[in-house]
Amino acid sequence: MSRQQAHRLAVVVLTVVAAIVVIPIILVILYVVWKGLPALSWAFLTEAPRNGMKEGGIMPALLGTILLTFGTAIVSFPLSIATAIYLAEYAGDNRLTRWIRMAIVNLAGIPSIVYGLFGLGMFVLFLGFGTSILAGSLTLGIMTMPVVISTAEEAILAVPQQFRTVSLSLGATRWQTIRYQVLPHALPGIITGIILGLGRAAGETAPILFTVAAFYLPELPRSIFDQTMALPYHLYVISTQVPGMPLEIQYGTALVLLLIVLSFTLVATLVRTQMRRRREW
Amino acid sequence: MSNKIEVRDFDFYYGDFQALKGLNLDIRANAITALIGPSGCGKSTFLRCLNRMNDTIRGTRAEGEVRFDGANIYAPDVDVVELRQQIGMVFQRPNPFPQSIYDNVAFGPRVVGMAKRSDELDHIVAESLQGAALWDEVKHRLRDPALELNPGQQQRLCIARTIAVKPEVILMDEPCSALDPVATLSVEDLMRRLSEQYTIVIVTHNMQQAARASDYTGFFWLGELVEFNATESLFSAPKMPLTEAYITGRRG
Repeated sequence: MSRQQAHRLAVVVLTVVAAIVVIPIILVILYVVWKGLPALSWAFLTEAPRNGMKEGGIMPALLGTILLTFGTAIVSFPLSIATAIYLAEYAGDNRLTRWIRMAIVNLAGIPSIVYGLFGLGMFVLFLGFGTSILAGSLTLGIMTMPVVISTAEEAILAVPQQFRTVSLSLGATRWQTIRYQVLPHALPGIITGIILGLGRAAGETAPILFTVAAFYLPELPRSIFDQTMALPYHLYVISTQVPGMPLEIQYGTALVLLLIVLSFTLVATLVRTQMRRRREW
Repeated sequence: MSNKIEVRDFDFYYGDFQALKGLNLDIRANAITALIGPSGCGKSTFLRCLNRMNDTIRGTRAEGEVRFDGANIYAPDVDVVELRQQIGMVFQRPNPFPQSIYDNVAFGPRVVGMAKRSDELDHIVAESLQGAALWDEVKHRLRDPALELNPGQQQRLCIARTIAVKPEVILMDEPCSALDPVATLSVEDLMRRLSEQYTIVIVTHNMQQAARASDYTGFFWLGELVEFNATESLFSAPKMPLTEAYITGRRG
């Protein structure tokens, strides 16, 4: 086989493999859309479930997921950004920072059900928050921190070193340099990381299982100490725990959840491409 | 003429590697001092020691004294942030921030807290751009991106940005090496005018530049200062054989 033939073969093989990876994703999405689209209506999104969840809509679960996503952002954002700034700009290479980095890598690999159990033990029971939006947000927030920290740290490190050097040489302090030269340029990458983290938080079931999610609670939460329904858990419930559940409602719920998670990814991608186009170095 | 900076028995290390060995020299106020020598001879390292920019590199260590207006800048109680405002720096490649022309010049005064009101800041920006001989070219488009300027203009913008915080000394690290000959000459003219107000230390690869644009020249070789003298004397009658070999192009 000549070099050119080998090259052509490589192109064909790699294209086929890439296609094999993409096809299942497209099929899953198409299938859920096809099965779930008939259920979608304004009433489905704005009404509470009725008649043992066999009728009505998903509004309490949808609202719960939105609230939990906000809660996650409030918990995860400041802690993650602060950690990323510390690691990228201030931390030296010592035992403490090696421990921090190892903790982050390990946190990223922990199964989400373990976060759920931790949340139950720490926030629900030990700190006495009960099964509540607060406990769920804290649990989801901790779960998203590794991905937000590592994307934010990468974004900060990608800012050219010369911006820092010039800023310091003009008599700016380290913090002024970070605040006015590094963070503005790292922001698109940081935002991308946050949105991806939130997308993951919105779709997870296990961490909210013991910490916040209600089996059936048509009333809306009044405070962060209330329970709430949430889409992923609701989907689990109506798919496995309720006999005689209409398929349409199950797929409609799945479709809404899928759309929420996909829209997070889409927004993250748009932010990134938009900011990259404006980048000038 | 008085000494602005006095260097005494100064050593500098990157980890175990000694980059500068026993330097002693005086930098005169309101003069242009050029530092020449082959790549890796330590001249840029030395320049970055004068405003302690090397502090930002891990594992570096300085011994001896660098006295700025008589006070050792390596003394433990020195405020490095304030020092860098007093001893500004212009870099090898024009490196404006990817912001507007105005914001580039205003950055220093803003972070240092020089201007209370926006008209004061406008005044500092205009004055600095005039000082860097760039005002007439940019006064109608101060809000345009700095990166739209040509390299020569960008480098003068970087000089304007440096003088905006009103330093006493300007360090220039091969400021013309990325510029064409015309832009190079305009920067050299500018240096000459700036030296009336500021003390300038310039590192250059270009011996013609040192010869035509500086008052004093130091020749570095392998981390040592081989010879330091008035530029005219150093180039016309070098005392050391190594200096003569280098400036005549036989070593380097």
